[in-house]
Amino acid sequence: MTKIDTSSPESVLPTPSHTVGPFYGYALPFPGGGDIAPVGHPDTITVQGYITDGEGNPLPDAFVELWGPDPDGNLPTTDGSIRRDPATGGYLGRNGVEFTGWGRIQTDANGHWYARTLRPGARGQSAPHLSVCVFARGLLVHLFTRIYLPGDEAALAADPLLSHLDADRRDTLIAADTGHGTYRFDIRLQGEGETVFLEFQ
Amino acid sequence: MTLTQHDIDQEIAAEHAAYEKRVADGAPVEHHPRRDYAPYRSSVLRHPKQPPVTIDVTKDPELVELHSPAFGERDITEIDNDLTRHHRGEPVGERITVSGRLLDRDGRPVRGQLIEIWQANSAGRYAHQREQHDAPLDPNFTGVGRTLTDDTGFYRFTTIQPGPYPWRNHVNAWRPAHIHFSMFGTAFTQRLVTQMYFPSDPLFPYDPIIQSVTDDAARQRLVATYDHSLSVPEFSMGYHWDIVLDGPQATWVEEGR
Repeated sequence: MTKIDTSSPESVLPTPSHTVGPFYGYALPFPGGGDIAPVGHPDTITVQGYITDGEGNPLPDAFVELWGPDPDGNLPTTDGSIRRDPATGGYLGRNGVEFTGWGRIQTDANGHWYARTLRPGARGQSAPHLSVCVFARGLLVHLFTRIYLPGDEAALAADPLLSHLDADRRDTLIAADTGHGTYRFDIRLQGEGETVFLEFQ
Repeated sequence: MTLTQHDIDQEIAAEHAAYEKRVADGAPVEHHPRRDYAPYRSSVLRHPKQPPVTIDVTKDPELVELHSPAFGERDITEIDNDLTRHHRGEPVGERITVSGRLLDRDGRPVRGQLIEIWQANSAGRYAHQREQHDAPLDPNFTGVGRTLTDDTGFYRFTTIQPGPYPWRNHVNAWRPAHIHFSMFGTAFTQRLVTQMYFPSDPLFPYDPIIQSVTDDAARQRLVATYDHSLSVPEFSMGYHWDIVLDGPQATWVEEGR
């Protein structure tokens, strides 16, 4: 039965996850999905990387969603990531002024993705990071991970997640600084150098 | 070696039996598939071998993942939830209405959040260039829709009954008819992508994707219920499908969105 009885907690059980399959490409991605930073913002960073499988092959049929705070550590409550054109039914793109904090980026034929967003500020006990959700054909349940930015070693050392990980696993969550506000962050789904994935409880 | 339906049937049965035994031995009920589910061959190289690292959300209310991106009226158009009106002509097939509530684990409505859907046309063909099935495309049907849930958590789509279609997991593999759904909750931890199926589909036992949900009761929660009260006279058949988001959330704000 899929009319959920909400009168008792025992009857409210979660809807199972499924893979996105191979054909989400004309439905979920949208133009400018990775251009999250307002145009010309001085705190803009570029993050890019590859998504690879257990044999090291890139995934051409995956996408990531990024979600993170502004440079002051505030999480946006602004909509408008997928602005639409009521006249044509097409996409208007972001307005280039407001920061929604969220973007969706599909990998290209080489398994490569990129995003331009604002440098995240610190929140709570965590070192600054972007939250990431990975979806792909073949992935029956999406995967959460985080992109931490290098630089502030004290903040990284104090981070409650990073400080509990072995050094080699910890390093999978820290992007490589490639200069001029650009960072590289690869996501390895399986095998050598497998990215640390997260569950929330 | 050619991989047959019989081979896959045996693997599905073995996975199901292994799950039943785990539960009988005291393991918890599994509401979601395991990412490592070999009968769905694409999962083999795409699941992590290491267990996920747990983050206790009660330790830090400021966690980024306890908040969610926002979507609003700017992000949808008025007819996005009626997939039969996206082209000049009428699409081919049976019109259906699919409606239900988006809920959290406490049964509370999730208001004002984005639901996106995509699906094959009535012949079982996606409007995607990489689709290899040679069933006809419908120039009047793309199969993409969006909506925001209302103040009581309800959503509603008007669309065309999708057809089943073949795929290449094994020889003579067919997917039961389904609609892909993507949901946001009040926290990023509640993110969900899944597929909704139709009642009594004879393909269920053969399909390694729906069978990846090895818990029998959980699998039923992916199947919509025919609801005559949702059927629109002289127009469409009605299906009811409530969605319950998993994942922890921040302390509930009475206000909602």
